[in-house]
Amino acid sequence: MSNENTSCLKGVGLTKIFGSGKKSVLAVDHVDFDFKNGEVISIVGESGSGKTTLSKMLLGLTSVTEGKIYFQGKERDISTRAKQKEYWKGIQAIFQDPFSSYNIFTKVDGVLLDCLKMRGKGNLPREEKYQLMKEACRFVNLEFDELTNKYPFELSGGQMQRLMIARVFLLKPQILLADEPTSMIDACSRSTILDMLMKLRDETNMTIIFITHDIGLAYYISDSVYIMEHGIFVEHGTSDDMLMHPKVPYTKRLISDVPKIYEAWDLDSITV
Amino acid sequence: MGMIKKVFHSPKFRLGFIIFAALLLFVFLYPLFDSGDPLEMIAVQSYLKPGTYVSQYDVAGSDGITLDVVASDKKLASHLPEADRNKMKTYLVDFVGLDANQVDTNNIPKLIEQWMDNYNPNNKAGLLVSAQRDYRNINKEVLAALDAGDIIIAINDPETGELIQNKTIHDQQYVQVSSVANRQVFPLGGDNFGRNVLRELVEATKTSLMIGLIAGIVATAIGLTLGLIAGYVGGTTDNIITFITNLFTVIPSFVILILISYSVGQEARGVLLVACIIGFTAWPWTCRSVRSQVISLRNRDHVNLMKLSGHGLLHILTTGILPYIASYVVMALILQIAQGILSEAQLSMLGLGAATSKTATLGLMMNWATLFSAVVNGSWWAYFPVVIVIALMSFSMNLMNTGLDQVFNPQLRD
Repeated sequence: MSNENTSCLKGVGLTKIFGSGKKSVLAVDHVDFDFKNGEVISIVGESGSGKTTLSKMLLGLTSVTEGKIYFQGKERDISTRAKQKEYWKGIQAIFQDPFSSYNIFTKVDGVLLDCLKMRGKGNLPREEKYQLMKEACRFVNLEFDELTNKYPFELSGGQMQRLMIARVFLLKPQILLADEPTSMIDACSRSTILDMLMKLRDETNMTIIFITHDIGLAYYISDSVYIMEHGIFVEHGTSDDMLMHPKVPYTKRLISDVPKIYEAWDLDSITV
Repeated sequence: MGMIKKVFHSPKFRLGFIIFAALLLFVFLYPLFDSGDPLEMIAVQSYLKPGTYVSQYDVAGSDGITLDVVASDKKLASHLPEADRNKMKTYLVDFVGLDANQVDTNNIPKLIEQWMDNYNPNNKAGLLVSAQRDYRNINKEVLAALDAGDIIIAINDPETGELIQNKTIHDQQYVQVSSVANRQVFPLGGDNFGRNVLRELVEATKTSLMIGLIAGIVATAIGLTLGLIAGYVGGTTDNIITFITNLFTVIPSFVILILISYSVGQEARGVLLVACIIGFTAWPWTCRSVRSQVISLRNRDHVNLMKLSGHGLLHILTTGILPYIASYVVMALILQIAQGILSEAQLSMLGLGAATSKTATLGLMMNWATLFSAVVNGSWWAYFPVVIVIALMSFSMNLMNTGLDQVFNPQLRD
């Protein structure tokens, strides 16, 4: 629906300062970026480097201290609730901790029903809604009938995160912001989740902003990589460029911190 | 369901619940067995001692049953108090010459027997005049105690005005208490107005619980609403609400309570209004703690996800935040109810409670007992049971609160 190389999400001089006066903390410091449609972008950095704050700003969940965000070429406007809702139809998120992403007091099917309502399909007949939800669940290898009437704590972490992807599948936003979606789940589920994200990208041509602390993972999935340190993008480029020819010491350190198994892919000689 | 089971596993909650339920049961079941206007002023005298009162008229009129017993020790003891018996012993030992071991002041029939054998009013040797008079008086009492003369019941003849002997009652005649038609039971005595204290107490407990409940609900409703809004919306709204809350917290709420109660005026102060006033001054700390809990919740991922799903403020507050703090709110409500009951008692003690003698509250009962000097004249039954009920109520509710706290806050489990 959108062609390559048109700007999808653009930030100019984005800044976030928490607090005021002497105690103020500069979390994100004048970052500029231009994410293209259909790209997979990774933002890599350590804990506390401002990745999550940046993602919250992009999602419009926290206010922007300074700078501007352009969404599909136009300046973002989320001043009213209706405009906010419109914006969130275009950008959605998957959070780090699947266990805290759900409201433990509501059944999980409610999460999918909310998506249908958001897409303006809340008034469809029961049967059609059921089919849509079933289709979304099948996309992430879940059986919808097994999920109905269940509370979040009855699911495993992997199932919860897959359901989150099903939610995004129903919403079909232009941008998906995945904030370390695999850091809280086991290694087996991790590759499943990553595969599903890729499948989602392939089917819907969605822009995926992948936030992670693992540069190896970033290399594995993304087209371009942004390295973030202390609230600043210190370096960015294509993923091959980043990994092969890092310029900044911080990037070199991040690469050296990656467990060896990732380097093995690189060396093209897997002898495990 | 599982949650309720868990709550009842806490011994503290169980104890508190049992005490509270027992109080409630008593309050609601007692009127079934003793149905009478709780505020009827029965006695003309104030502060009747606790006990069963039977009609003297009925007793005199009813046919007695003869029991073959001599005048009981109790009758003798009522004629001869301890001091008199000691004087009798002194006389018998010092002037008659009996051995001190033989004379026992507690064995009254024996003592009287010894007295009758040895007392001689004409023996004045070595006795002061005042002592002679004392012993003469004691002798009179002894004779009176032994006197088993009949009491004659006479009826006034309406025509001639003559007294006609109707019947005589001798000292071995008894009447079964339950056969006396007119009886009044005052298990906890009477109060200053001559009301039955137990009936009044049951009614007062009910009213005070209702005041506590209304006050607690009002306080929790205000505190919860403001706390939710302040915590979730933040910014200027939060600043304004926090300012008002701090204002109410800095000035002791009891002072505000007194001022409002006073300015409302004596006439207007009914039970309901007093409850609302108490509720209106008690909300700040509920507001503060709800606010801080909401602040820690509002940035959680599930709230963010609800926002991203297009839900509005009201929906997020009621389904995304309120259920998470519900257990805490219930605990706060229980404490507010207990606090409301105490506040009513304090306020009424100062004479600023509900201005009425038509309803009784625990505080009003204490107020009346103080005003009519129950404490000074030793009428403990007019205030002590009230104190016990107030203590039991707030104790049981605080226990329940602590028990709930332990269930919902695993760090506090012992």
